[in-house]
Amino acid sequence: MKITEQEVHSVAEIARLELTQEEGQKITHALQVILEQTEALKRLEISKVKPTVYVLPLQNVFSEDQLDKCLTQEQALGNAPEVEKGCFKVPRII
Amino acid sequence: MSSLLGLTAHQLQGLLEKKEISSEDLVKEHLTRIAQSEEQIKAFVTVTGQEALQQARTIDEKRSRGEQPGSLAGIPLALTDNLCTQGIKTTASSRMLRDFRPPYNAAVVEKLQEAGAVSVGKCNLDEFGLGASTENSAFFPTHNPYGEQAVPGGACGGAAAAVAAQEVVFALGSDTGGSLRQPASFCGVIGLKPTYGAVSRYGLIACASSLDQVGCFTRDMTDCALVMNVIYGRDAKDSTSVSFPAGDFTKFLVNDVKGLKIGIPREYLQEVNDPRITAYLQQAAAKLEELGAVCEEVSLPHTAEAASCYNLILAAEVSSNLARYDGVQYGLRVQGEDLVSMYKKSRSQGFGEEVKKQIILGTYVLSSGQYEDYYLQALKVRTLIKEDFAQVLSKYDCLLTPATPTAAFDFGAIKDNLSLLTSLNTLTCPANLAGIPALSLPFGTAAQGSPCGLQLLGRAFGEETLLRVGYALEQNTNLTQPSPAVKGEM
Amino acid sequence: MSTEYEVVIGLEVHAELKTKTKIFCSCPTEFGGEENTHVCPGCLGFPGTLPIMNKKAVEYAVRAGLALNCEIQEYSKFDRKHYFYPDLPTAYQISQFEFPICKAGYVEIAVNGKKKKIRLNRIHLEEDAGKLLHSGNSITSSQYSLADYNRSGMGLIELVSEPDLSSAEEARTYLEKLRAVLEYTGVSDVKMEQGSLRCDANISLRPVGSSKLGTKTEIKNMNSYRSLQRALEYEIERQREVLEEGGTIIQETRGWDEEKGITSSMRSKEEADDYRYFSDPDLPPIVLEPAWVEEIRASLPELPDAKKDRLVMELGLSEYDADIITGSRALADFFDKTVTLFNEPKTVANWVMGEYLRLLNAEGTEVQESKVSPEKMAALLKSQATGKISGKMAKAVFEEMFMTGKDPEKIIKEKGLVQISDTDALGEIVEKVLAANPQSVADYQAGKEKALGFLVGQVMKETKGQANPGVVNGLLKQKLTD
Ligand SMILES: [Mg+2]
Ligand SMILES: [Zn+2]
Repeated sequence: MKITEQEVHSVAEIARLELTQEEGQKITHALQVILEQTEALKRLEISKVKPTVYVLPLQNVFSEDQLDKCLTQEQALGNAPEVEKGCFKVPRII
Repeated sequence: MSSLLGLTAHQLQGLLEKKEISSEDLVKEHLTRIAQSEEQIKAFVTVTGQEALQQARTIDEKRSRGEQPGSLAGIPLALTDNLCTQGIKTTASSRMLRDFRPPYNAAVVEKLQEAGAVSVGKCNLDEFGLGASTENSAFFPTHNPYGEQAVPGGACGGAAAAVAAQEVVFALGSDTGGSLRQPASFCGVIGLKPTYGAVSRYGLIACASSLDQVGCFTRDMTDCALVMNVIYGRDAKDSTSVSFPAGDFTKFLVNDVKGLKIGIPREYLQEVNDPRITAYLQQAAAKLEELGAVCEEVSLPHTAEAASCYNLILAAEVSSNLARYDGVQYGLRVQGEDLVSMYKKSRSQGFGEEVKKQIILGTYVLSSGQYEDYYLQALKVRTLIKEDFAQVLSKYDCLLTPATPTAAFDFGAIKDNLSLLTSLNTLTCPANLAGIPALSLPFGTAAQGSPCGLQLLGRAFGEETLLRVGYALEQNTNLTQPSPAVKGEM
Repeated sequence: MSTEYEVVIGLEVHAELKTKTKIFCSCPTEFGGEENTHVCPGCLGFPGTLPIMNKKAVEYAVRAGLALNCEIQEYSKFDRKHYFYPDLPTAYQISQFEFPICKAGYVEIAVNGKKKKIRLNRIHLEEDAGKLLHSGNSITSSQYSLADYNRSGMGLIELVSEPDLSSAEEARTYLEKLRAVLEYTGVSDVKMEQGSLRCDANISLRPVGSSKLGTKTEIKNMNSYRSLQRALEYEIERQREVLEEGGTIIQETRGWDEEKGITSSMRSKEEADDYRYFSDPDLPPIVLEPAWVEEIRASLPELPDAKKDRLVMELGLSEYDADIITGSRALADFFDKTVTLFNEPKTVANWVMGEYLRLLNAEGTEVQESKVSPEKMAALLKSQATGKISGKMAKAVFEEMFMTGKDPEKIIKEKGLVQISDTDALGEIVEKVLAANPQSVADYQAGKEKALGFLVGQVMKETKGQANPGVVNGLLKQKLTD
């Protein structure tokens, strides 16, 4: 199965990226190569193999319900591109 | 006073303790070296000379008061610029984070500070750790100290080059699929990727969370053990970090491999393009046998599938981890007429092409029509790769492989040869997929005269065996890389 | 002949957990606070930060699950749910998709005296998003928005029902039942007005007898029980009209407009949400050993249903009274405590249901904030029972006690409210009244029972209302028949 340039552009849309035509072509080509290589995975008999989600057998790693110090508002906003009234400012949504 | 450059941390420690040198002098000398060599090497994104000198003076004062200033006190090091440093720019070599100053330190940065080590700056890498040459840095590529036309490897090429060019004594970086080991090999230094979970990832700007691990570049095995002593261990801020019963890693630096069983995976040798690398591997195996170890060929049958499996898991996690860069809380914002257009413009101008490629691939393989065919498939192959290692490492104490199929290549080579990247990954990414520790150590020079390295793979939390075998090789061969000539040198 | 339609509703309820800290970091969950001061690098989604699971949040989810008859899952894990929105700093919400912590529960509700089991599909843990303040009156007219992340990363449980609800009233009753259970178990503050309990509804209609579900719409923005009921009633009618006119329902998200009393389209589901879920590699899974679950079970308080049964079976209250009293834990606890101090459950119930709830509602006060303690309530009821004060006086005393929090004895003393029950003292007054009203005496003796009431009234008048009416009644009858 080959990914098309059009698919690449629509996936980019989902990922909130816009590609120039040249980028679209280059990325499409690169992804076709990578996806082509993965065809080898499908040839393995793995229907009964369990997926590995966690590489270490850890479980129940918890913290106690205890307060720790927060950032100050100044620190929180220190890297923000735009700020107003102690908040992060974002352009109109619709 | 003769030059302190090129000395290891344990050598310098002795001089500092005896007060033959001061930390301030030591840092100054390295800052001078940086000033001389950076024009050629371009290892650093940010040099923090003032902060470093201040810290060095504090350590000297402590020492003069008779206080114990920490196990690495006064030793200059570099941090890869994906490790967060409080108030100091942390860019991940991305336009997106060009001006980002984290209000916190990475866990390993805190630990190094407690040990008194002095960071002199932040090193260049492939943007967000995606690449194998530093050509994907948004700012500039780093040059290999052994040849200006050659890449230093990547993603952490800047840090490897800084250690090789004697700009610092050691450096920290991260390894997602070989980002420490491959540049270590290209730059003739040691690179250790610890077991997944052995070192806290808190404050490491995530590339792929299930693969990333913080590790170090050093000039010898003793320094590697000393740095591990400082950075390993459970951290309450990283749920995937675990307590590690190793204690003092230097106690594994014994010049004795008698009775160790070492496997040499035949599939790894098939990837090698440079006959000298194969020859070095055989030489190393012969030496180990001579020292009393048993070396045997073994098989890791799913090696050929590892790179594809890695590509899919990497991209999926990258697409998720990098979704947060949207121009709201921090990072680049490019104004747009509304929210969605601001998102798109910021992300499109903030990320380079390789990053965009990975995000798109990851978004694609996680989408509802493709998840089973690609991502789930990759997770299953990951199981097979883990099982391959588990099986072989139940019979062998560690594995010996080439670190890279080739020595450092020239700029532009990856662009022209997509399969080069795949074959580079094939030798290093399986350790990340399986979560096992991996060490690359310099071993001779390749055809072009630049360094190449061997890789040792061990059982999860079996760093001790890697240190032991690496130490034995270091002590009993004379193939450690000679220092590179750097233009700025007088 | 028009088609009969059947309503199918499922609710998704989000409850904020009453933990001290957020679910994956150590910031406070306290409501309010200056903007962006209850935040750390983690809940702001800064690079390099990692989530750490709050143990208490796990225990609260299990508590809720046990109280709602769920199967607690031995294995559960966290997944990332991806979407871009400025209230979500990492652009993914950590949630439980594949393996939620609780499955397959139910609650029993009663509507119009009929009991019905509403099944829960699952309860899962997740993190809350931040808050957006829009510059204009609405999101569509705003030139920009401001993001405050104090709420970002607060722990939530999402309780997903099966589509078992078949009317707006059932939906409301179900939500009230959930609210009560979550309040009883101490899992959540359940304040709809502060957003610690939130609810979305999926609703569709189908011809009676049809086994296939109709196209559903999802309703959001319902901020009270009343608006839930009103929104659903509106939406049922809207869908019915569309269907009756031969139209089709569009699958979409609709927002409830409280002022206009209508639902309107927010966005259609055509851009089918693809959240690209995958396991969060930063959070190891949760494994609940049976011993831990049993420990949590043992710590559960008496739940609303059990409490209600006890009130009916053991204390003899009516179903109706028991239902109302157990509707909130605070009220039920008030009742229980009062009964332990004054062991006449029916009297206590009458007071709680009557004067107490009346004043709470009138003043908009919560039981927890009320100045009337069970001790004061019991003291008042004792004064009435011993005849020290009359029922009428007791009401006046209660009202003052409710407003001021003073002890009832003190109020009685201050007002000089003492009931005269002494037969000697009252005997004299009775004689006087009889002498002054010969006509009424004659009427009574001629069989006109009503005359007695008049005479009692006269005695009360003479004593300025302080006479014990029971004693007066007895005395009068005795004298008149002598
Ligand atoms: Mg964001
Ligand atoms: Zn926080």
